[in-house]
Amino acid sequence: MDSVAQRLSAVGAGAALELRGVTRLFGALAALTDVTITVRPGERRAVLGSNGAGKTTLFNCITGDFAPSSGTIRFFGEDVTHFPPYERIRRGLRRTYQISALFPGLTVQDNVYLACRGVSRGRFSFLRPGQNDALMHAADNLVQAVHLAAVKDQRVAELAHGQQRQLEIALALAGAPRFVLFDEPAAGLSPTERAELIEILTSLPAHIGYIIIEHDMDVALRVVESVTMMHNGRIFKEGLPEEIQSDPEVQELYLGGGHE
Amino acid sequence: MSLTHDARVAVRPADVAQRPARTWPEINNPAAWIVAIILLIMPLIASGFFLIEIFATTLILGIMALSLMFLAGYGGMVSLMQLTIAGFSAYMVAVFGVSGNANISLGWPWWLAVPMALALATAFGTLGGALAVRTEGIYTIMITLAIGAAFYYFTNQNWAIFNGHTGINTVATPHFWGVNWRADIPFYYVVLAVAALCYFAVEYISRAPFGLALQGVRDNPRRMAALGFNVNAHRVAAYAFASFVAALAGVLQVWNYRQISPGSVSVGACIDVLIIAVVGGITRPIGPFIGALIFVLLRTFALDFLVRLGLDGNRFRLLIGLGFLAIVFWSSDGVIGLWQRWRQSQRPRTDRQNGGRGHG
Repeated sequence: MDSVAQRLSAVGAGAALELRGVTRLFGALAALTDVTITVRPGERRAVLGSNGAGKTTLFNCITGDFAPSSGTIRFFGEDVTHFPPYERIRRGLRRTYQISALFPGLTVQDNVYLACRGVSRGRFSFLRPGQNDALMHAADNLVQAVHLAAVKDQRVAELAHGQQRQLEIALALAGAPRFVLFDEPAAGLSPTERAELIEILTSLPAHIGYIIIEHDMDVALRVVESVTMMHNGRIFKEGLPEEIQSDPEVQELYLGGGHE
Repeated sequence: MSLTHDARVAVRPADVAQRPARTWPEINNPAAWIVAIILLIMPLIASGFFLIEIFATTLILGIMALSLMFLAGYGGMVSLMQLTIAGFSAYMVAVFGVSGNANISLGWPWWLAVPMALALATAFGTLGGALAVRTEGIYTIMITLAIGAAFYYFTNQNWAIFNGHTGINTVATPHFWGVNWRADIPFYYVVLAVAALCYFAVEYISRAPFGLALQGVRDNPRRMAALGFNVNAHRVAAYAFASFVAALAGVLQVWNYRQISPGSVSVGACIDVLIIAVVGGITRPIGPFIGALIFVLLRTFALDFLVRLGLDGNRFRLLIGLGFLAIVFWSSDGVIGLWQRWRQSQRPRTDRQNGGRGHG
């Protein structure tokens, strides 16, 4: 009874992702200091900041690649601070990597199939998938959704950079994602590929929220409704895209000289 | 499926038709059929010596090396304890079954002793694997080598179960349905059947979810965790499967020699399995069997050959070592890698893009 009531109240609290006082130390270096963020279900947010601001460390703490040195992380009300990464993924969290983290020895289709299999049962199955395997069809659909159907039987090592970035996104959308962390998905993409990326992001179903780390403002600010600025491992400012863009402090720190 | 509505193009039927990797890969390969037929009619063309000393021995060593190939080729885990697991299984057959050492052997019938040996050896290998998966690369090699060395010295010094350095002799072999299954021809077919079973099982599993995920773990364990896989559990499960395969080879080995002693589980023998797998090639399940054939042929005939050249016959290991160096130097994927490259160079250019299918 108690646990049901607790769970209901947790759902009532309503945050998709809730970080409280998350700190991550690497020796004496604090990569994250007292980070508190709350993201609603379906909310789309950009995390901005210069190199070394702690953006990727933030992602690694959320997915569980590193445990935070202190603080708590809740995912849809559930305390996942000490969960291994795969337990968080099975609950609907997904992420992509700044440097593509794919399986170069396998085909595109097998990469996506593994992603679909990872968030469903039968991970240890010794039986090959048949022609009508539901996950195989799910993988087919995902491959098409990221425009890779033409190369689906090629090994990933043979793909162009832009195609690998698209595959990177496909892996994060397998199964039933509830919240996705995109780590610089536009890195190294051509203008056309960027347009495709924006289309993929904006056409995600409304219940899927995400956080995107992106240096390209044209991409980042078009696909989000809120922005968090980080600096030296701390939250520096939060607000609407227009507020952040016009904030003088932010401009000095980040947008200043470098904005194209 | 969140993105289903996004995929504007429906799945074309042609896509489903062209999925060659998911059917049996060798079924259209005439060379594979020829090899299979030669293996089946071998008792007609080979003497008892060739049948057992060359081919059965090759297949048994090949199964052991296959278990290493499965771990190393698909899982990226180089385990030097595969021979130790096979040796453990062989000892258990001798201990639970019938042997000349009546004070040690429990005298169970073979159909009880063999499942017991397989279960214990699989458990032994899985436990060793559970230790080894906490490490990567060279440390995995060191831990599994340490397990192998520890087992070797333990069998040397333990008299209560392993009968010390003399080992267990005159191990009984199965007789049923009026057949002596250790007679040359029946035994050859038993070994061939088990080898074929293991080969096709590894080939099949490499394309099943378990095997694909294992290759994913090899390529990028961190990403596998970020896709929802418990990477360590997957690795331990791979050790369990490979241990079972090695344990099968151990049962055949003890039936082959009818005895088991510490010499069969020495550190040198552990390394021989690695050499066999690497020389043959660890990218495909056929590699270990090719490596084993080369190893057994060299071991058997290099002696005469060297003596004829006026050298010490015991130098056959020198030949194996030089061959190993040459393979590692020129073809990191072993003899099958050399063979594949030669075939591709023979083929017309248009065919080539289909040729380079990687493992699995």
